[in-house]
Amino acid sequence: MEECMSSIGIVTPQAYRFDAPLILQSGASIADYTLMVETYGSLNADKSNAVLVCHALNASHHVAGYYADQPKNIGWWDNMVGPGKPLDTDKFFVIGVNNLGSCFGSTGPMHPNPATGKPYGADFPVVTVEDWVRAQARLADVLGIQQFAAVMGGSLGGMQALAWSMLYPDRLRHCVVIASTPKLSAQNIAFNDVARQAILTDPDFHGGDFYAHQVVPRRGLRVARMIGHITYLSNDDMAEKFGRELRNGEYQFGFGVDFEIESYLRYQGDKFSDYFDANTYLLITKALDYFDPAQAYGGNLTQALANTKAEFLLASFTTDWRFSPERSREIVQALVDNRRKVSYAEIDAPHGHDAFLLDDPRYLNLVAAYYNRIAAELA
Amino acid sequence: MNFSELKVLRPDLAFIAHWIKQGAHVLDVGCGDGVMLDYLQTDKQCSGYGTEIADEQVLVCAQRGINVIQQDMENGLGIFADNAFDTVLCLSSLQMMKHVEGLLRDIARVGNEAIVSFPNFGYWPHRTALLRGKMPVSKALPYEWYDTPNVRCATIYDFADLADDVGLDVLECVALHEGKPITFLPNLRGSLAVFRLKKK
Repeated sequence: MEECMSSIGIVTPQAYRFDAPLILQSGASIADYTLMVETYGSLNADKSNAVLVCHALNASHHVAGYYADQPKNIGWWDNMVGPGKPLDTDKFFVIGVNNLGSCFGSTGPMHPNPATGKPYGADFPVVTVEDWVRAQARLADVLGIQQFAAVMGGSLGGMQALAWSMLYPDRLRHCVVIASTPKLSAQNIAFNDVARQAILTDPDFHGGDFYAHQVVPRRGLRVARMIGHITYLSNDDMAEKFGRELRNGEYQFGFGVDFEIESYLRYQGDKFSDYFDANTYLLITKALDYFDPAQAYGGNLTQALANTKAEFLLASFTTDWRFSPERSREIVQALVDNRRKVSYAEIDAPHGHDAFLLDDPRYLNLVAAYYNRIAAELA
Repeated sequence: MNFSELKVLRPDLAFIAHWIKQGAHVLDVGCGDGVMLDYLQTDKQCSGYGTEIADEQVLVCAQRGINVIQQDMENGLGIFADNAFDTVLCLSSLQMMKHVEGLLRDIARVGNEAIVSFPNFGYWPHRTALLRGKMPVSKALPYEWYDTPNVRCATIYDFADLADDVGLDVLECVALHEGKPITFLPNLRGSLAVFRLKKK
């Protein structure tokens, strides 16, 4: 699946403006908003070949290809989406949407609150996975897509795909959920809260109104990202990549960077704090924490999925301890209880949670096989 | 996949297929390349799932468009509810299991009927091999003792006892050779044992 497949090439994002207020799960509402969108491939005549790709924590609408003025800014799932790739843009019309509250152009906490004229900051309403899905459904309306061939996502994106199957059972034929979970564990929430505390206690955070102070809570963002990165990698992967390698060959007997793993995490943290918004980090981790579709059914996921109509593909990775295979199996079990069509692969990959973004042929070939079947249904 | 295609590919499966009712909800434990479910789905309008551990087989199943769930049978059938299936198939894979009894109990738990097949170690060439003092190597058992995946060796009579123990009644027991039923001296002349079982 390598060299022979080319990228979709130069892509251009588009802004879609929505003027009707969106009522959120919390009861709050957003008066009007913009969603940043990218599309790849072309919509067929009966509008049956659209696939929505939902993004995870720090990603965006930029799923595939690159920008004319930023050739190194390659979409986050470019190995999955493109001509001849598993989700083949020669056959499917693929849509990437930046979610509300994110920081890549869609309306978020850094944008002016129409009520005050100042940036929303901490006043940006808390959004949930279901809120995002409702906003995505409005986009589908505007694009004239009544039913998606598939809705797909990994991790938090997988939660959105799952939510689609429950909220709009008639609007998708297939649901592809990779390395995801029906709800976070206490351990997942704990990691998220440590990350949030790092941001909230950074003196530069200013209660979320750091824009007015022209500062960025960099230290908090950096620590948040470092914690995140630890949970994305497996112990084995970290041992293999970094082990106890020393940056300068010997102990420095200080608190600077001794080990390569420290250097790596600090680099990732620095890079992240350059582009990511602190309020967005808080919002998105809350959306993760709150997702629990079974909650309304007394914790019974089988009942929560009873009204779904889609066919499902799930995949998990054996060394993913953030959203482990057990979590995917809970979803599979609930779907099997409901006699839904479902296939599930447990990929024995060493890369932890990050594996869903990487090039494992077993994983990519499986997704390709699944989309080939969907393409055959179109013909 | 129609019946004649199945008969060419897998005569043993073609023989077994007539025991499965039209529209049945089926679990195929250790479904391999998914050919049986493919046939049952297209020709008999059956629904259901296959379970399979091998990556390459899971991919073939996905290409065929059958529902495949990747899991190790040794871990049981925990994700399936009691009485979830009309028929549970476990075809030519039981002999590879460490936990045969546990899996059979689980098959009895999730299914109403079960169809189980395995190589019959009572097949006469296997007996003559042992008489000559060597472990049997044949078309049905094409492995040396040190590299065989078949860790459980049973004859037709052996299996009937275990089926009774785990709560399964034997409805039919057939010995096949090259896909054809053997009626005269089946435990001697049949290389593949096939049991049709029902929960007691």
